[in-house]
Amino acid sequence: MSEDVQLSHVCVDFGAFRAVDDVDLTIRAGEFFSFLGPSGCGKTTILRMISGFIEPTSGEIKIGGQNMRGIGPNKRPTALIFQNLALFPLMTVWENIAFGLEVRGVSKDKRKARAEELLRVVDLVGSGDKRISQLSGGQKQRVAIARALAVEPKVMLLDEPLSALDLKLRQHMRSELRAIQKRTDVTFVYITHDQGEALAMSDRVAVMSAGVLQQVGTPADIYNQPANGFVASFVGENNRVPGKVVGLENGMARFHTPAGLFLARLGPGIQVGSTAKLYVRPENARLTDAVEGDNNVPLRISEVAFEGSFINIHGHDAGGHAHIVQMRNDRDASVPAVGDQRGLTFSPEHAVVLADAGARP
Amino acid sequence: MTALVQRYGGALTGIIIALTAFWLLAMVILPNLILLEFSFRPYIPVDQMGGPNDHYTLANYATFFTSPIHLQIFGLTVFYSSVVTLICLVLAYPLAYFLAKVSTPRNAGTWFLLLLIPLWVSEVLRSFAWSIILAYQGPLNAALHGLGLIDKGIRWRTGFNGVLIGLVYTYVLFMVFPIYNAIQSLDTNQIEAAQDLGAPLWRIHWRVVIPHAKPGIGSGCIMVFMLSAGSILVPSILGSTTSRWFTEIIQQWFFESVDWNTGSAYAFLLLVLCTVFVSLMMRMLNVRLVDIAR
Ligand SMILES: Nc1ncnc2c1ncn2[C@@H]1O[C@H](COP(=O)(O)OP(=O)(O)OP(=O)(O)O)[C@@H](O)[C@H]1O
Ligand SMILES: [Mg+2]
Repeated sequence: MSEDVQLSHVCVDFGAFRAVDDVDLTIRAGEFFSFLGPSGCGKTTILRMISGFIEPTSGEIKIGGQNMRGIGPNKRPTALIFQNLALFPLMTVWENIAFGLEVRGVSKDKRKARAEELLRVVDLVGSGDKRISQLSGGQKQRVAIARALAVEPKVMLLDEPLSALDLKLRQHMRSELRAIQKRTDVTFVYITHDQGEALAMSDRVAVMSAGVLQQVGTPADIYNQPANGFVASFVGENNRVPGKVVGLENGMARFHTPAGLFLARLGPGIQVGSTAKLYVRPENARLTDAVEGDNNVPLRISEVAFEGSFINIHGHDAGGHAHIVQMRNDRDASVPAVGDQRGLTFSPEHAVVLADAGARP
Repeated sequence: MTALVQRYGGALTGIIIALTAFWLLAMVILPNLILLEFSFRPYIPVDQMGGPNDHYTLANYATFFTSPIHLQIFGLTVFYSSVVTLICLVLAYPLAYFLAKVSTPRNAGTWFLLLLIPLWVSEVLRSFAWSIILAYQGPLNAALHGLGLIDKGIRWRTGFNGVLIGLVYTYVLFMVFPIYNAIQSLDTNQIEAAQDLGAPLWRIHWRVVIPHAKPGIGSGCIMVFMLSAGSILVPSILGSTTSRWFTEIIQQWFFESVDWNTGSAYAFLLLVLCTVFVSLMMRMLNVRLVDIAR
């Protein structure tokens, strides 16, 4: 039912501008795979390339082992869900869903029956004769999914399909999409610039920046073992302290910074002598009353932000760098006040020294 | 109204409205009303005007309906105007699609300029130019002969052919622009979505582009049809001995017979009958006027 997608050293140039730079990865059959990256990093370009609207400048794309060069979008086993959905406003809901079948010469009765089936899959029974303009945003979303499913694609390509929805609906549609993917067992390639979405839905995530692949891995890998500074800052929050690796201690890096000396894990490609940054997630940082011991930075509290189940404490170290410490909203948590002087600390296993990367190798 | 006053002040608004009203009343409505009145009066010598014979009558209209030749010419005019409209549609649709969706916006500007340049030359000159081009000994036959495509010259201007060529050439742009506008407002993603779902080119046009462009196609067809049926210049310059256009009959009434009364009646018949024909076509093709005004 599903196929894998292989991108081998794919580049796309728009004139002198390289939008996709040597992307090399395999999306496995039946997996929910996300491309995550900031606006303009080349996500849509990759998707349009897989669906056949753009040919790679160099490198090749294989779907189910078959080279796709020269095969047009109407001949590929893919279905694309557009960023703006691109439903046909002059057709009814069921005609939209059945369009792919109409193209394939399926008789009207069968088309209508199949559209009804798909309306059930996306939980829209009874809306078949409505006009597109009569649907809500979430319903349009589902019609777009049903329309794509109707052609029984081996690979489904989704370009930020939830970005236009409000938060509640977006969260609902996330689990809905995930469920549909599991049920249909189609390979989903999903694009988003929302890291929460990528982490929550995907089997694996590829993080991109400026056309370059930064890291491919499971959501846990991406979050817990970021490959470089770009991934560490783009996925989730991170406190950063620039400095230099001055030595090793039990496999940990001794990291020298203006705010003091720290112990932290060594990131990939970091050696003694590297200038780099130290990254600590707010939820792994703690506040201490006094500044003492290793891995402790003096911090002046500048803001206390109550977020509901947790509290974000913002502060500045002696060097002027901003930091965030996240506290659980426990009854007995001692919340500092703005202007207080505290220490920021963390265990060495929770901190990592990473190169900036992000740029081309 | 209040917005206008706010924007231009009371005095200027007054002038604008007065000028518009004057233009509508004095230049459009009044002359037409006068002609309409004429059309119901008998054609009588000046000394009988105001006399017992000078009363309203339908005789001028009856002239048309009792003249088989005029009826036939009217029918042919409607028929050939429809043919012109159809040819223009077939030519204009691909061009409009190309300009709206295939060429880049920058190139489209150049294309438009090239399309508009012929309009800088007066219609009379262009029609005469065509009569030279289409002549039996003219450059078109010479060129085709030179390319080895024909052995002996083609008589381009037999029957209504000259008129057809001239009208298509003159009015095709009135078809291109509304269709271009309509297609341009179509989200390109819809074309791509259809393609992605496996649709071949013809089906994308049939199911997605043409339904969207229908209002533009409708207004283009109405314009080309009405302009063609009402054209006098092209039929009189490019017509042959066997081609008679209804406007030429009207002209005859006005200027050869100096019978303005029957001429007016014929002019109004042309207007009314063309309007009826267009409405019927719109009903048949399921196009509504509000769609066109969109
Ligand atoms: N047809 C094109 N011609 C020239 N440059 C293009 C073209 N399409 C995309 N680009 C450029 O390529 C880069 C990547 O574009 P792309 O649409 O893939 O970004 P994206 O990651 O999808 O961004 P977003 O999240 O904003 O949708 C951008 O800098 C864009 O300006
Ligand atoms: Mg995009």
